[in-house]
Amino acid sequence: MPGKLKVKIVAGRHLPVMDRASDLTDAFVEVKFGNTTFKTDVYLKSLNPQWNSEWFKFEVDDEDLQDEPLQITVLDHDTYSANDAIGKVYIDIDPLLYSEAATVISGWFPIYDTIHGIRGEINVVVKVDLFNDLNRFRQSSCGVKFFCTTSIPKCYRAVVIHGFVEELVVNEDPEYQWIDRIRTPRASNEARQRLISLMSGELQRKIGLKVLEMRGNAVVGYLQCFDLEGESGLVVRAIGTACTLDKLSSPAAFLPACNSPSKEMKESPLVHPPSHGCRSTHNSPIHTATGSRLTQNFSVSVPTLIYTGMGSGSAGKEGGPFKALLRQQTQAALEQRGGSPHRFCRRREFPFLTLTAFPPGLLVHVGGVVSARSVKLLDRIHNPDEPETRDAWWAEIRQEIKSHAKALGCHAVVGYSESTSICEEVCILSASGTAAVLNPRFLQEGTVEGSLEQRIEENLPVGCGFCHIPYDELNMPFPAHLTYCYNCRKQKVPDVLFTTIDLPTDAVVVGKGCLIQARLCRLKKKAQAEANATAISNLLPFMEYEVHTQLMNKLKLKGMNALFGLRIQITVGENMLMGLASATGVYLAALPTPGGIQIAGKTPNDGSYEQHISHMQKRINDTIAKNKELYEINPPEVSEEIIGSPIPEPRQRSRLLRSQSESSDEVTELDLSHGKKDAFVLEIDDTDAMEDVHSLLTDVPPPSGFYSCNTEIMPGINNWTSEIQMFTSVRVVRLSSLNLTNQALNKNFNGLCENLLKSLYFKLRSMTPCCLCHVNFTVSLPEDELIQVTVTAVAITFDKNQALQTTKAHAEKTLQRASTDNDELLQFPLELCSDSLPAPAFPATKEHLESASSNSGTPAAQRAVTVEKASPMGDGNFRNRSAPPCASSTVGVVKMTPLSFIPGAKITKYLGIINMFFIRETTSLREEGGVSGFLHAFIAEVFAMVRAHVAALGGNAVVSYIMKQCVFMENPSKNQAQCLINVSGDAVVFVRESDLEAMSTQQSAVNCQTSCPGEVTT
Amino acid sequence: MTSELDIFVGNTTLIDEDVYRLWLDGYSVNDAVALRVRSGILEQTGATAGVLQSDTMDHYRTFHMLERLLHAPPKLLHQLIFQIPPSRQALLIERYYTFDEAFVREVLGKKLSKGTKKDLDDISAKTGITLKSCRRQFDNFKRVFKVVEEMRGSLVDNIQQHFLLSDRLARDYAAIVFFANNRFETGKKKLQYLSFGDFAFCAELMIQNWTLGAVDSQMDDMDVDLDKEFLQDLKELKVLVADKDLLDLHKSLVCAALRGKLGVFSEMETNFKNLSRGLVNVAAKLTHNKDVRDLFVDLVEKFVEPCRSDHWTLNDVRLFLNQYSASVHSLDGFRHQTLWDRYMGTLRGCLLRLYHD
Repeated sequence: MPGKLKVKIVAGRHLPVMDRASDLTDAFVEVKFGNTTFKTDVYLKSLNPQWNSEWFKFEVDDEDLQDEPLQITVLDHDTYSANDAIGKVYIDIDPLLYSEAATVISGWFPIYDTIHGIRGEINVVVKVDLFNDLNRFRQSSCGVKFFCTTSIPKCYRAVVIHGFVEELVVNEDPEYQWIDRIRTPRASNEARQRLISLMSGELQRKIGLKVLEMRGNAVVGYLQCFDLEGESGLVVRAIGTACTLDKLSSPAAFLPACNSPSKEMKESPLVHPPSHGCRSTHNSPIHTATGSRLTQNFSVSVPTLIYTGMGSGSAGKEGGPFKALLRQQTQAALEQRGGSPHRFCRRREFPFLTLTAFPPGLLVHVGGVVSARSVKLLDRIHNPDEPETRDAWWAEIRQEIKSHAKALGCHAVVGYSESTSICEEVCILSASGTAAVLNPRFLQEGTVEGSLEQRIEENLPVGCGFCHIPYDELNMPFPAHLTYCYNCRKQKVPDVLFTTIDLPTDAVVVGKGCLIQARLCRLKKKAQAEANATAISNLLPFMEYEVHTQLMNKLKLKGMNALFGLRIQITVGENMLMGLASATGVYLAALPTPGGIQIAGKTPNDGSYEQHISHMQKRINDTIAKNKELYEINPPEVSEEIIGSPIPEPRQRSRLLRSQSESSDEVTELDLSHGKKDAFVLEIDDTDAMEDVHSLLTDVPPPSGFYSCNTEIMPGINNWTSEIQMFTSVRVVRLSSLNLTNQALNKNFNGLCENLLKSLYFKLRSMTPCCLCHVNFTVSLPEDELIQVTVTAVAITFDKNQALQTTKAHAEKTLQRASTDNDELLQFPLELCSDSLPAPAFPATKEHLESASSNSGTPAAQRAVTVEKASPMGDGNFRNRSAPPCASSTVGVVKMTPLSFIPGAKITKYLGIINMFFIRETTSLREEGGVSGFLHAFIAEVFAMVRAHVAALGGNAVVSYIMKQCVFMENPSKNQAQCLINVSGDAVVFVRESDLEAMSTQQSAVNCQTSCPGEVTT
Repeated sequence: MTSELDIFVGNTTLIDEDVYRLWLDGYSVNDAVALRVRSGILEQTGATAGVLQSDTMDHYRTFHMLERLLHAPPKLLHQLIFQIPPSRQALLIERYYTFDEAFVREVLGKKLSKGTKKDLDDISAKTGITLKSCRRQFDNFKRVFKVVEEMRGSLVDNIQQHFLLSDRLARDYAAIVFFANNRFETGKKKLQYLSFGDFAFCAELMIQNWTLGAVDSQMDDMDVDLDKEFLQDLKELKVLVADKDLLDLHKSLVCAALRGKLGVFSEMETNFKNLSRGLVNVAAKLTHNKDVRDLFVDLVEKFVEPCRSDHWTLNDVRLFLNQYSASVHSLDGFRHQTLWDRYMGTLRGCLLRLYHD
């Protein structure tokens, strides 16, 4: 019995009227944890009851503490009939389970009902007393910290990055159980919310166990997702990066927020003795309560494609590259996995990191994007004997990603993520990441930190090292056009670089970046089961190809040469597939200047046609010139001699290696490249191609004063001011079934996305100059003719004048520092990092690492201090200090941002992960303002509940916030709608840098006063 | 391709002041879009009409959701659903409770009942204010009235506390509540020249001096109801006009003091008895509710109009009223000096405010 959970119900306010006669409510509260329930007294006739209950005490296992949510139900007492539920609050007590996070949860929580939404608030205090008994075999993993942030959290430093952790749990979806036919929608929704909460808890605990086994103490870049597979079940899966983190001694230690030194002592004993041996890689993913009903009886794998260069439309001349595609039916992936050569070293099986930003020195080279997709058929057949189906599916895909990375000469994949798209019984599993070479020093235990320092000095801070090709030039996995690095002139670089990570902080960039999107629709016939899966897998390679072509064209049109944060989403619907790729284009100084786009006509000797072509060509050239001006791309001129001899492979290639097959041994490589060296040829041979070119030109740049990107920070802007506005925007459009052609679809989809962006710019116009950061588009196809696009992003203001200076200074400085790039030692295959190394204690040169990791932090935020001092503070500055959670009347401000930092502020404490799942349903859609009114209110409520939880933890912001799912279903004829939303993020305490300074001066003033008491007494 | 659903939700709720005004003014989304287009916003921002439509819809939806909270402004401060900076909260509340001069003149002094609400479409047609806006304003009056009607303590403070209005607006609402409670007639043609400000000024003076609150600050309804005892006592003033000696003496005192100082001395001299009779009779009649309601009509009929027809200047009126009030202190036979001051002090202030074209 290692834990005691204590709960006190203080008061309620703004309760709904439950008794029409008196216009009042007789409210009481049930507090439930596990199977134990306590009740408060009934507080008669009040909408603002003061229960002031005793402390309800639950004595529970820490395993339960991790899995179970605390469930608080507010009811209206009724003497004669059943008590009416007012609503519920689920509190995840996980943040209380590890030291140095929150010590108490206390505050006002919105009382939520799945039918009525928020109905008043309740004030609750929750505490946990944990008894440490470290010697027994642990089923719990209390103490492992979780972060959604995909970089090393700001007030920590990474001692060791252990690697990839994943887990999934499966259950039946209560919505599809027989009992659902007889229970109320409310009961059904609550069953689902509770189940998912339980499964998330369990999943997190299991991941925690794996981390402890790897001797880590934290998971960074934790991404948890739900697959609502309908009748076949509910899958909750998560991936993350196991790390050993060390808390930096906070410079702001005098702040009350960080004053928990006693708590931090608990940290060390959590490292579990390593369990050696060759255990099965995957713990049983099955929730013990139910047998799995999931099985795999059909699987279509799509042939492997290595898109070495999609640049040239003239590939068509060769008779179409796709004719050469090989179809494979592979189901032997499991065997392949069984024979995995890496099983001896379990945790290195998949050398993946979910991080997108890295401690300085970790990222050595970047190979390019690797991705894999697989089409699976969900089936209802019960097959409890094969419980690891979902696990096996993902293992196949990961295996494939790994082999792609290897083909690129890389031993690791960074910026790794996984996703699914489900329509009826068909499921597309996707994984993608960036093949990379990492500095193994970070990945081993017992690194002598002194040498790390040396290495960084030796090898990396050039600002171009990551661009240098990791693969062998003479034995390239695909034909590529290489040049000497334009920065250091020593190493080879590709001409275009695609990645899924954030722009490294030391990268030298010319001008600013911009959001680049490729959008695509493809009709498909409605079909059933196998036929459907086959049709989809046949379409996929074409989609990938076109998405890539579009990205490349748009990149060229912007005059840029690299993409960061690339995310390609393929969504499957009843009768179509949608592809949406988003990335942030930049001009990397290390890479060669991109050539223009040349248009070639197919039919010669036609005067008017020629004229038309030349007209188009002119428009394209004008657009490129305009974009270069707009994004301030004016790279220094480089004379040819300096670059040295051209490399004898005159092709223009990008690194995008992708595949959709499990059998990486039989990679079919396709060379789709026939481009000329300097120009990028677009061939117009039919109206489709014409449309494509037109659509290229229809993308309107954001209005002046606006920039947008989908990475954490905008390349080329460094001086953020403190005003931020996070938002979610959702649009659903109905396509008229008449004009369903691919072209019309594409046009509609393009228009939808462009209009959405335009609306955002318009709405946020008062914030200019500002940048939309971390713009995250999600597409879903909820019904036949409906397209739903959800966008979450944050608008951040910046100081226009300072931007230019800092970038220039930065660029110059980095250029000067350009030095030898020595990478001979760095291509350690990750697998070679042995487990058996003893882990000596590391007496550290702590200062260096601290300073290093603070460098890796947010330079923007640091610089913004001066900006803030100079400019009067805007509206966004009100009440920033973390107010005590119970602050009597006024509601404390809680900031939310998808970024890992808050501009102009320092994060002083991480309070724990926020991971919430809500269902909202209505049977009076019209009365609630139609679908828009319904969803608008629901999203506002979700924000409110997230903020309330953060405030109750004592925090004042959520960073790395993400809305992972927003599933909306409507039935207007029945006046009904339902929506499921899943959000997550890290609750933090931040302090304005201006406040920090003010506080330190105050502090010194106080010190001064107390130090000379003599004066006072006289 | 039609938009089924289109929403934007910010962590900090976006409030567009211009759209808020259009919403408060009761325009439909389409009218608001048309008005915004006319304001030239499309040219300024390069947006399309579609964008504007979507933006307007969004704001309207937000305002609609906020409206429930605006009905009890402290709720807006404590609620968790919309994160709004305090300055914006104040703006939302203040604007929501702001009313149109034209509208308030129509309902001032009327019973805030369903009957009056039914007449709102007439008022809307007459004033050109949309019916929706009229309803909002009327409901605001009624809501404030209901909440503070039977409350202890200062009317203005109560309004401020429960509706978080600015001092200025709270005072206006105090006047509206006071007028509605005492049902003062303000709609007669004779009174059309008076503005809401004139009435509000009078209301404030009357609340300060003529209500229960003026004598005892711990009574229920203290600022809303007139002091009945005081009204009864006012009958005693009748002696000033009923006793011929006293009236003559009063007149001679006033005339002696004002001779040579008044531009309209002779008119004053001939009219003195009529004017004095008028002012004292108004006081004496205030025991009847009906006559209380007609207070302003009487004041205008009995004093403002006669003076105006003789072309008194405002300064003449001021000199006369000062002297008229003060001279009573020199009337030996008159014993109700305090009562007279409580009555005449307020009345003098009111009359001076009411005396204009």
